[in-house]
Parts: sequence; C-alpha cells; structure tokens
Amino acid sequence: MAASHRRLDLEDVGEVTVARFIDKKILDETNIQVIGNQMFALVEDDGCRKILLDFSNVEYLSSAALGKLIVMDKKVKAAQGQLKMCSVRPDILEVFKITRLDKLFSIFDSREQALEGF
Amino acid sequence: MSSSVDDFAVKIPSETSQGREIQERIIGLLESRSYPDRDLFGVRLALEEALVNAIKHGNGMDPSKQVRVDCTFDEDRVTIVIEDEGPGFDVGNVPDPTSEENLDKPGGRGIMLMRSFMSRVEYNDSGNRLLLEKIRATEDE
Repeated sequence: MAASHRRLDLEDVGEVTVARFIDKKILDETNIQVIGNQMFALVEDDGCRKILLDFSNVEYLSSAALGKLIVMDKKVKAAQGQLKMCSVRPDILEVFKITRLDKLFSIFDSREQALEGF
Repeated sequence: MSSSVDDFAVKIPSETSQGREIQERIIGLLESRSYPDRDLFGVRLALEEALVNAIKHGNGMDPSKQVRVDCTFDEDRVTIVIEDEGPGFDVGNVPDPTSEENLDKPGGRGIMLMRSFMSRVEYNDSGNRLLLEKIRATEDE
C-alpha cells in the first residue's frame, strides 16, 4: 500500500525523537493525510514526548500541511510533551511568519540548537 | 491587453491531480521566462491554495463540475483567473487566522498566503472566480 509508506525518517537522539520529513513538497492531500497520521502516531501510539520535526528536505508546503502541524502541536502539548522544529528554509520560514505560526511553534536554525533546547 | 504565445485557457475536471498539472505548466512557463526563485515559490504556493480551494471547496470534488483556468502573460506579469462552478463564498467572512483566538486553529491561511505572495488577489462578488496576478520581482527586492 503506497499510502502507508513512511513519510518520516525517525531517529532517537537521547530522549528526543527526531522526525525528518522525507518529501520535498508537502502539498498532495493524500500525502498530507498520511504525514499527519504518522506524526500523530508518534505521540498517540509510540508515547514520544520530546519530538523534533526536521524540515531540511522540505521546499514547499501548503496551508493544509500547516493545519496538520497545528494539530500536532496541540496533541503534543495536551500530552505535556515538547515539540520543536528545525532546519526550516527561508521561504518556508516566511510562510510561518506570515501566518504568525512562528509565534506558536518553537523553531530553531539547526538540529543541534534544537536538541540543546529540550 | 497584449497577448503572448504562452497564454492559455483550459477547463479541468474537479481533481487535485489535474490542478497540479496546471500548476506545473504555469511554473514551467515562468521558469522559461526566468522569473526569480522567490516568485516561483510564491506563485506555486498561491496556485496550490487557489486550485485546491476551487476543486475541493468550490466544486466539492463533484466530477460533473469543472474549473476554468485562464492564464495570460505580459512581459513582467502573469495573470491567472480561476473560476469554479460552486456557489462561491463571502471572502469577508473568512476568520483572521493570525488573531490570538484563531492562531491554533486550522483554516483561513490559504487566502492569507495568496495575498502575501501575489501582487494582486481579487475575488468576484459571488466568490467563485479568483484573479491572481504576479509582477516579476526586480533584482534588488
């Protein structure tokens, strides 16, 4: 089933689960659904409480993808966990700034800087 | 308005994959006209939002309904008109996604991103036709 292919590269660094988006473009609705479900499973099924989303591969994302990130942020906060983001390209960072999501999300320049903040 | 050999008008069925093909076609034409990367990013993002809105929210993915896309090029400007067969909506009623109470809610961000990245964004009165215009950025922008 193509839809169930992993869309996140996972790596444990100490207590932190680093999830790197595999896709360059997070646009397609089906894809966004799958990515959302795989993110949510980290909190809901795997019990991860410290999660770092690595955007280094991501060149485009749509408002539908922003919606999933907002829900993810809520889920992690509800579970008393911490969600951080890193390696966001300038274009994508501008999308976060325009929508003021840079105020909601905790965004770091690099993976190392984000890991220090947990 | 002057016309260009790249100008086109098409009707596509209400499928997001078809919307994406149009998106690629327009981006390809802008690339061949040497638009800067930042413009390409903004136009792609705006087209994604606009076409998904027309196909999903406007036509409700109804296979019997189509989306019309008109694309015209001037020397330093591209104008794209997207019209769906849906009932339209009141643009003034879309909540501000950046207000404190809406900040953590999905929705309303697509239109905001279009307005931010495009030079001109205009809906008709009934809200089922959208004009998007991008003027090529100059080098020092």
